[in-house]
Amino acid sequence: MSTGTPGGFWGPDETGHFVSGDVQWGGRFMPEALIAELDELTAVWTDAMADPEFLDEFARLLREYAGVPSLLYEATRLSEHAGARILLKREDLNHTGAHKIRNVLGQALLAKRMGKTRLIAETGAGQHGVATATAAAYLGLECAVYMGKVDTERQALNVARMNLLGAEVIAVDSGSMTLKDAINEAIRDWVASVEHTAYCFGTAAGPHPFPAMVRDFCRGIGDEARVQVLEQFGALPDIVTACVGGGSNAIGMFTAFLDDADVRIVGFEAGGDGVETPRHAATIHAGEVGVLHGARTYVLQDEDGQTIESHSISAGLDYPGVGPQHSQLAHLGRADYQPVTDAEAMDALALLARTEGIICAIESAHAVAGSLRLAAENPGATILINLSGRGDKDMGTAIEWFGLASSDVDPGETPGGAR
Amino acid sequence: MTASSTAAFATARAEGRAALVGYLPAGFPDVPGSIEAMKTMVDAGCDVIEIGLPYSDPVMDGPTIQAAAQQALEGGVRTQDVLRAVEAVAATGTPTLIMTYWNPVERYGVERFARDLANAGGAGLITPDLTPDSGGAWIAAADAHDLDKVFLVAPSSTDARLEMTTRACRGFVYATAVMGVTGARASTSDLAGPLVARTKATVAGWGGDLPVGVGLGVSNGDQAAEVAGYADAVIVGSAFVRPLLDAGSDRAAGLAALRALTEDLARGVRAG
Repeated sequence: MSTGTPGGFWGPDETGHFVSGDVQWGGRFMPEALIAELDELTAVWTDAMADPEFLDEFARLLREYAGVPSLLYEATRLSEHAGARILLKREDLNHTGAHKIRNVLGQALLAKRMGKTRLIAETGAGQHGVATATAAAYLGLECAVYMGKVDTERQALNVARMNLLGAEVIAVDSGSMTLKDAINEAIRDWVASVEHTAYCFGTAAGPHPFPAMVRDFCRGIGDEARVQVLEQFGALPDIVTACVGGGSNAIGMFTAFLDDADVRIVGFEAGGDGVETPRHAATIHAGEVGVLHGARTYVLQDEDGQTIESHSISAGLDYPGVGPQHSQLAHLGRADYQPVTDAEAMDALALLARTEGIICAIESAHAVAGSLRLAAENPGATILINLSGRGDKDMGTAIEWFGLASSDVDPGETPGGAR
Repeated sequence: MTASSTAAFATARAEGRAALVGYLPAGFPDVPGSIEAMKTMVDAGCDVIEIGLPYSDPVMDGPTIQAAAQQALEGGVRTQDVLRAVEAVAATGTPTLIMTYWNPVERYGVERFARDLANAGGAGLITPDLTPDSGGAWIAAADAHDLDKVFLVAPSSTDARLEMTTRACRGFVYATAVMGVTGARASTSDLAGPLVARTKATVAGWGGDLPVGVGLGVSNGDQAAEVAGYADAVIVGSAFVRPLLDAGSDRAAGLAALRALTEDLARGVRAG
């Protein structure tokens, strides 16, 4: 379907590196205790991706269970407002409410293939945790989800969903008590449980093979969108966009367009209170080359290489690292990465709701906000946005931000809203 | 340079016993306090000291070492402080290594780190999240400065990886006796003996002479004696951190407990 050639020019190479110039992004900086398992996972995954039976089963699950392919939708009222043609890839309509279900079904099928009986996962916003709990319930696997204590509080609804699905949610109170610490804790679990447990990693980061494997399970987003946009509009978009935390939805969208040299690719990182403040998660924009969670990539870090705590209103983007292939694409100049502040994202969330009747996730609202900026710079352009998730989980944050509970404030009229 | 841990292992071997390797993070409870604690461990019978470089994301550490490292970071410990601690402890004549996650070394500059560590009299590095197949830059820098390269092997390591890893080591090889993070355990693992045997057979197979240390879980003299029965070194971490955590601000009590524990473990490695 796609002309993209990941594994070829874009990588990774056989050692799990995404190369740009003299930098080898990615790789595998992990305890020896996990190396044999990562080798086996790489072998099983490679074998599965060449096995028509596995691919058919994956495709069937996505189609019959997850609601894939998701719609490509022309947002006409938003387009009118923006002065450009805005197309939305509606991943928010997938089962469990985000693109995450694609990755999780792929990894859960691999876990079954490897004879594992238990899945563990980390989660930030809770979307990956819910997706993992869903796949575990569907396939009859045990499930434990690590979630930063701060995130369990701001995403209480998703904690309840995971519990209802039969998963154990473990609140992590070490470090900054957010996504990065949940990953640390999940790795610690995995070192001790690897014999029967698969680590269902939630983003296209971490040690090889996760960045490539998660990308390939998510790349249907872009592969579908590329076909849909050609069928519906007869031409490729001018610009393709997505929000970037770890970067699974973004790499899933971008991969199909990497070889389309005329298509501009832009990722939007969480700018938090602003990149001029210390409170943001704009890893590529403001980070430096380092190693975090097993991969060489851009990292928010201090002079001594200690990870700096990130901030974003959206738990799913609140991560001080980023998938290594995004670092590669940024370094090569194939994609740009720009920050979007909390306030810009919340304004876009309200605007999309008012113009299109779609309440998206705050993560995805970053992509909408950034795309509105691009629209202003490129009037008349066709911009394809990956609307990666829906906003049900974010209602608590929205109520607080817009002051929705205290009065009948109109969020459309109060940019920035009540904090 | 003669800072390598090799000499300490040779001495222990000549005495017909295992060596005792003790770990504490630098900067816990503060930089001078950690130096004093490590000198106490040297004085009470540790043959080799591992100084932990506190890191924000220590994926191989359990709650005890996490808590100490967190306290050190909150106290503002810097990489330079860790190198100063190495200098102070190595001055006792006891081989002193740094145990560190990889990012702080890469950030400091691999060659610069190796040079400054050698200049401080340090013996080398133990690298829990860097395997030789990802460690080309460190291996080159360590070789240039004659530093120990201590990589880890695990019960899950394949035979091929055991050979690759032991061939890349200098000083000793660190056998992680359990599949899990650091932390004292009630009983030592039944995976340790077979792992040490496999590792020794591998080293003999390529004609090497590399001591095998066993770490993760040892907390008293009896356990140390058991491990000393089959390993060249007993590596103790969390158990040394625990009395200092428990003593809190009563530093004299913490050091007294640390001394008593070290003596118990030193007896253990001589009984094995």
